[in-house]
Amino acid sequence: MVEQHIASAFDRDLEAIQAQIMKMGGLVEAAIVDSARALETRDEELAQQVRKRDQAIDGLEEMINEDSARVIATRAPAAVDLRVVLSVMKIAGNLERIGDYSKNIAKRTGVLVQWHDSTDSSSALRRMAREVELMLKDALDAYIQRDTELAADVIIRDQEVDQMYNALFREFLTHMMEDPRNITACMHLHFIAKNIERMGDHVTSIAEELIYLVTGNRPEDERPKADMTSTTAEEV
Amino acid sequence: MNTMNMLDKNLDTKTTKIAARDVNVYYGDSHAIKDVNVEIDANTVTAFIGPSGCGKSTFLRCINRMNDTIDVCRVTGDILLDGEDIYDKRVDPVQLRARVGMVFQKPNPFPKSIYDNVAYGPRIHGLSRNKAELDEIVEKSLRRAAIWEEVKDRLHAPGTGLSGGQQQRLCIARAIATEPEVLLMDEPCSALDPIATAQVEELIDELRANYSVVIVTHSMQQAARVSQKTAFFHLGNLVEFGPTGQIFTNPDDPRTESYITGRIG
Repeated sequence: MVEQHIASAFDRDLEAIQAQIMKMGGLVEAAIVDSARALETRDEELAQQVRKRDQAIDGLEEMINEDSARVIATRAPAAVDLRVVLSVMKIAGNLERIGDYSKNIAKRTGVLVQWHDSTDSSSALRRMAREVELMLKDALDAYIQRDTELAADVIIRDQEVDQMYNALFREFLTHMMEDPRNITACMHLHFIAKNIERMGDHVTSIAEELIYLVTGNRPEDERPKADMTSTTAEEV
Repeated sequence: MNTMNMLDKNLDTKTTKIAARDVNVYYGDSHAIKDVNVEIDANTVTAFIGPSGCGKSTFLRCINRMNDTIDVCRVTGDILLDGEDIYDKRVDPVQLRARVGMVFQKPNPFPKSIYDNVAYGPRIHGLSRNKAELDEIVEKSLRRAAIWEEVKDRLHAPGTGLSGGQQQRLCIARAIATEPEVLLMDEPCSALDPIATAQVEELIDELRANYSVVIVTHSMQQAARVSQKTAFFHLGNLVEFGPTGQIFTNPDDPRTESYITGRIG
């Protein structure tokens, strides 16, 4: 941060909500990693834990929103302080969504345990989740360091996640065409891939919030999009 | 009140009411205002903000030559009102002040009746031909200052007997009775409670339809609420001048940022 406020309690308020974001970020990173590991190892117990821990993430989001509202009401933040509060509220929303996607992956893991998976897509999904988790870690580091270059890098890396998703989309389509008995498992696996792809988009939004916080402007270029599946059709 | 700041972008089409060119003000050896250039739009509320002693009140007082009354004060540069230099020798300061009215920090009604307070300006400038016209001017001014309902039954009671908030609105009525084109307000709400402040702010917004209003305020929130343009002064310099919405969300100058976020005194 720049210089300190004359009212030191204002600094403490802003630091407190940003500390909550970091705590929430830590929980969400763990949820991504654990949901992907539970999927790969078909570990129902770990999947159950991920589902349970989502409550803590939701609770933190609520707390951040309440504290932000209180800071707006009592401190009337302006300029960079206003952007801190606005960005914190949006980032909390993004993190909460990522938490929900992890929880959804954990739920689907419960179903997939009963199916024999002849593909190696679970490890591909775990690699994809790992990439998103690293992006999130960098986005949060960029936030703490106010590092717009690192944030810009995160935004670019989302393309790789999109490409991983494209590849998996085609793979699932092929498996389903080969043998209709694969359809149930592949549908769930596809939703999981889509969840991870959406997580990447939320991480990108977090990186964009940091750029807004530092510069006062949102990144001008349209964010790179490499998810082509909306227009993909396979010959049957 | 302040119709969303997105509209600020449209202000570029406004005409310039007051233009200051390379204005410097000295009090004896002390250099109070340094090379200030600013253009104040018609039908716009412009807020001057900045820490105490930054020169914002001094600059405000230059706009109707109130500084003429201070012997050691020297003003250089040009201040143009509708393109005419107000410091030109041919300009009569009294006539100028009829066009550029002023409201001060502390309500200062004359020790006269409410009616005479408002009628004073129109009388000395000969703005009415008879009692009926004068009555009309007094009523209209009091109505526009949002105090008519409270005083209409005691117009001949002393102005000094009103409450602080009422006195300030009486002073505003007095200032607008001469139909000025510009209204200068030096911290008009600093002695008022939140309700009277809200009434004065509402009035400022209405006055904008007919006048240019320039307001000096120490309340950042007031500047954000009532103005369309904000100027930040620091150590006699005009640091930044721009649309209020931009100044309060994303100022260009780090000194402005520090001041509005409460980081320098």
